[in-house]
Amino acid sequence: MNDLASSQNQETFVLNLGPQHPATHGVLRVKLTMDGEYIKHAEPVLGYIHRMHEKMGENRTWAQFMPNTGRLDYLGALSYNHGYAQVVERAAGIEVPERAEYIRVITVELNRIASHLLWYGAFVLDLGGFTPLLYAFDDREHILDLLESVTGSRLTFCYFRFGGVYNDIDDDFITGTRAFIKRMRSRLPDYHNLVTKNIIMIKRLKEVGPISAEMCRRYGATGPVLRGSGVCYDVRKNEPYSVYPELDFDIPVYHECDSMARYMVRMDEIEQSLRIVEQGLDKLPEGPVMAEKAPKIIKPPVGDYYAAVEAARGTFGIRVVSDGTNTPYRLKLRSPTFSNLSLYGEACQGMLLADALALMGSLDLVIPEIDR
Amino acid sequence: MTMLCEALTNDFIALAPLALVATDYKAKGYHLDITLAPAQVVAAAAIMNGRGYTLEAVTGVDWLTAAAPKPAKKAALAEGEEAPAEEPAAPVAEQMEVVYDYSHTGKELCRVVVRCRIPRDNPELPTVSEVFPGANWHERETHDFFGIRFLGHPDLSPLLLPEDADFHPLLKDFKA
Repeated sequence: MNDLASSQNQETFVLNLGPQHPATHGVLRVKLTMDGEYIKHAEPVLGYIHRMHEKMGENRTWAQFMPNTGRLDYLGALSYNHGYAQVVERAAGIEVPERAEYIRVITVELNRIASHLLWYGAFVLDLGGFTPLLYAFDDREHILDLLESVTGSRLTFCYFRFGGVYNDIDDDFITGTRAFIKRMRSRLPDYHNLVTKNIIMIKRLKEVGPISAEMCRRYGATGPVLRGSGVCYDVRKNEPYSVYPELDFDIPVYHECDSMARYMVRMDEIEQSLRIVEQGLDKLPEGPVMAEKAPKIIKPPVGDYYAAVEAARGTFGIRVVSDGTNTPYRLKLRSPTFSNLSLYGEACQGMLLADALALMGSLDLVIPEIDR
Repeated sequence: MTMLCEALTNDFIALAPLALVATDYKAKGYHLDITLAPAQVVAAAAIMNGRGYTLEAVTGVDWLTAAAPKPAKKAALAEGEEAPAEEPAAPVAEQMEVVYDYSHTGKELCRVVVRCRIPRDNPELPTVSEVFPGANWHERETHDFFGIRFLGHPDLSPLLLPEDADFHPLLKDFKA
């Protein structure tokens, strides 16, 4: 009898998930040690789309690195533009005109909504619901059109400049954005009716994939993952930058720590971002969109500088070291999902494989940003 | 200076840091800049852990081709403290730096940077992954890029580089 019990325990097998697998959303590979349907051990394997952005940064001027920041998290690229612009402006002491900061916030928040919408569609698709993806992409398309009209691109944005933005927004953009806010507000109840209250959805997500606040802290997880664990931390509020202090918005926090909580945080964030965009449009001041005195060639004083922004997936931190020349001496990109994914091995131990995939979806992974 | 910053300053003075500077947040993006001996990074991580901090990132800097040595920082020590000991006399170019970024997810804002210098020809220091499991990947990445060995780390195999990589691309003398 004892022999039988111990031999049963030894019947584990290794299951290779990815790097090409629909649930890993890109080229992530997870080496799973399975005991039947249960996960005994999970080890994410990274690096399949590693491009060494940090080395690229050392081989080009400060301004020439800006397009690279749009290629890390390609779903929320403007936040990364913002972080990089901010750290260089801090280093070089460049003041940004108020209108430019408002435009930055408006576009970043639109981008955040687009990113959350894509996540919503893909996440529900992971769980087996196809229709919501079509709703989400329909709405996201409106945002991409709006952003294309002002930034010139639809995905890998390179819109911000040191000292402002590349292009002023026009009346068409403002009218279009207001129309989008109205449309999105009427669509959100549909989203909730279609998905949030769906019994299958609830059974798949409620009390599944618990991540405690303490686990988040030990692994450095941020963003909706942290806020779904009951911690009210958002760089936009806790470490205010740009014009966020002048805007009235809430930070959604859920205390359940499960996959549902992380889902709800992102859904509520769409609403809050709509509020921010609306207020931004109302308060938009007149004036230039580029600092007049912004130097053509940037040579920040010797030293190291840090800036953090709230990207769609959490805290994006960027550390630069300048040796006083026109190229960065060292550039460190601290991407949020790198830390968010690092807790996956511990979080999914003992879970059913299907639940672990729901947990992975609720982390909102973007692989190029993890691998950089 | 917030109360958290002051408490941390006192904690770290007990460690006798090589330098402890209260920086201008607006200009630098962080509040406290602490330089320690490599052997002290685990003690530092324990202090940060005790104060409820989270480890945001670990990274390295190779000072081989720095155009100029880092500027001497004006030490703004807490009152009644002696000036910090001078940094080790080894030339900057033969050193690498390991940098730990800490942030606090509570109401008070106090970003802390802990750094230490290690010799370039023998880049070793203890791991902090036992205090912060999140450091595991950050240290592996730093080992990938700089060849810095974190003693006691459970697995320093390449994380982002190919599994058979024997090069360290962020070294300034790296040739592709």
